[in-house]
Amino acid sequence: MTWDDMQQLMQPATLETLQMVGVATVVTVLIGLPLGLLLVLTDKGGALQNVVVNRVLGVIVNVGRSLPFIILMVALQTFTRGVVGTTLGWQAATVPLAIGAIPFFARLVETSVREVDGGLLEAVHAMGGSTWTTVRKVLLPESLPALVSSVTTTVIALIGFSAMAGTVGGGGLGTLAVNYGYQRFETGFMWVIIAELVVIVMIIQAIGDFFVRRLNNRGHSGGTVRLRRRRSAVSTPEAVSTPAEELTPAS
Amino acid sequence: MITTKDLTKVYRSRGREVTALAGVDLHVREGEVYGVVGTSGAGKSTLIRCVNMLERPSSGSVTVDGIELTALSGQEHRAGRDLRAARRRIGMVFQHFNLLSSRTVQENVELPLEIIGLDRTQRRRKAAELLDLVGLADKARSYPSQLSGGQKQRVGIARALAGDPKVLLSDEATSALDPETTRSILGLLRDLNRQLGLTVLLITHEMDVIKSVCDSAALMRGGKVVEAGALTDLLARPDSVLARELFPLGEFGAGHPGHTVLEITFQGDTSAQPFVSQLARTYQIDINILGAAVETIAGRLVGRMRVELPGSHQDNVVPIGFLREQGLQVDVLNEAGLKHAGLNEPNGVVA
Repeated sequence: MTWDDMQQLMQPATLETLQMVGVATVVTVLIGLPLGLLLVLTDKGGALQNVVVNRVLGVIVNVGRSLPFIILMVALQTFTRGVVGTTLGWQAATVPLAIGAIPFFARLVETSVREVDGGLLEAVHAMGGSTWTTVRKVLLPESLPALVSSVTTTVIALIGFSAMAGTVGGGGLGTLAVNYGYQRFETGFMWVIIAELVVIVMIIQAIGDFFVRRLNNRGHSGGTVRLRRRRSAVSTPEAVSTPAEELTPAS
Repeated sequence: MITTKDLTKVYRSRGREVTALAGVDLHVREGEVYGVVGTSGAGKSTLIRCVNMLERPSSGSVTVDGIELTALSGQEHRAGRDLRAARRRIGMVFQHFNLLSSRTVQENVELPLEIIGLDRTQRRRKAAELLDLVGLADKARSYPSQLSGGQKQRVGIARALAGDPKVLLSDEATSALDPETTRSILGLLRDLNRQLGLTVLLITHEMDVIKSVCDSAALMRGGKVVEAGALTDLLARPDSVLARELFPLGEFGAGHPGHTVLEITFQGDTSAQPFVSQLARTYQIDINILGAAVETIAGRLVGRMRVELPGSHQDNVVPIGFLREQGLQVDVLNEAGLKHAGLNEPNGVVA
């Protein structure tokens, strides 16, 4: 198998992988974020304290997280067919991918949101803010760096899952690795695919880290950045304006 | 301005009951700075949180600016519409500032204005005014992490004033600050109280805070107010524990047997009189000064002096009468020199 042959196979497969991971990520965030917030808000001492809802959500999330992905994929086939009309290809793979990742992401959201200082919520309540105000003005913005890093972790987990989807005809790089690398003993090709997956993961991690660092620059963490900013504040006004503009997040 | 009636708060956890407030009656007049002092666990924090319903009292009533908050529905973080509206008229500052780290100083001050529903330009203008008022106009674009503790508390105060409140609640606002910063923050509170006619209810464990800014004070112990009133009145009361704590003369000078020990308290105008020399000249007696202190409390000069006169109490009835005629408050100490319970109490307030 030549490099050209490999590339011809890999290009569409890479696109498929990115598509299924992309769509699954969007769905996961859309459902997992409110779910994670609800886990915090309905918990004891939360603004929407409700033991029953909290327990039920907790059980759903735990069951979702403990099911092996490969079993989830098979078990969901009927549901998948109902949603996208097929059980093959990358479109079909997005359904179990999202459903597998939602509970995972929801737990990460829960942990991130819990880190927010309760005093801030109290301050907003004392100002006459509602629960929705605390979510919008405090919980989400204050936990944003942690949330971004949760998304990064989730995307990377999804890439791993998507390769597994390849074993049951999910398309993408996973299918390629199984069909050629495993079944046709093209070990070399398999290594190339693995290398590509590693590169994709590294790029995504780097992008995630970049955003987290940017967000942290405005806030409490990031000691080195703070030192740099402090020093710049002492220097001339012209010198201050440049780094300050760079570091100020677009609001 | 703030009135609480028979306020109680009982916490229940795992079948056990803890009484944090046991029938607190508090009356804060409009335009005054009122301090509640007590050791930790005395219930003062619960009290201030009950005033704006961050904690719903178990029983009793709270009225702020004519609105009975206890009658409004909702509590803690599930406040009803009316309670939320009422809270917008009550500012609150916190020990740990509670500023959002994701927002700049200006954006932090704008937060309550966003909740009120002002538009962007109005918010900008108001925030700029407030930051100017607390002396932080140049820090508008900084983030809280770049500020010192005192600056953070100034932002907290600016934020608390955003809704033009008539009442400011201060929950140990200076307890995390060093003495000098504490002084400047207290000075700011005092200025705001005078300039804006703001009524301030503050809780603290430091007597110095009471001494430097408060007009009135209440002492809390075990969930109860054991003593309350205007500082000038309290200082005139011989048995006042608070006055003792505000003005400790210490253990010194119990006096000699066969002598009479007096404690003379003078406030305001009377402090200008040379009463000791007058006394000595008029009655030809030798006066031994055992201890004295002069301080500014609630903006007034107040002094307390412990003196010893020869002879028994009976021998000195006339000179004591003379002193009282001068408008001085005179207390006769007994032989042990310790008339007042407050003096020796080991669990007294931290000074």
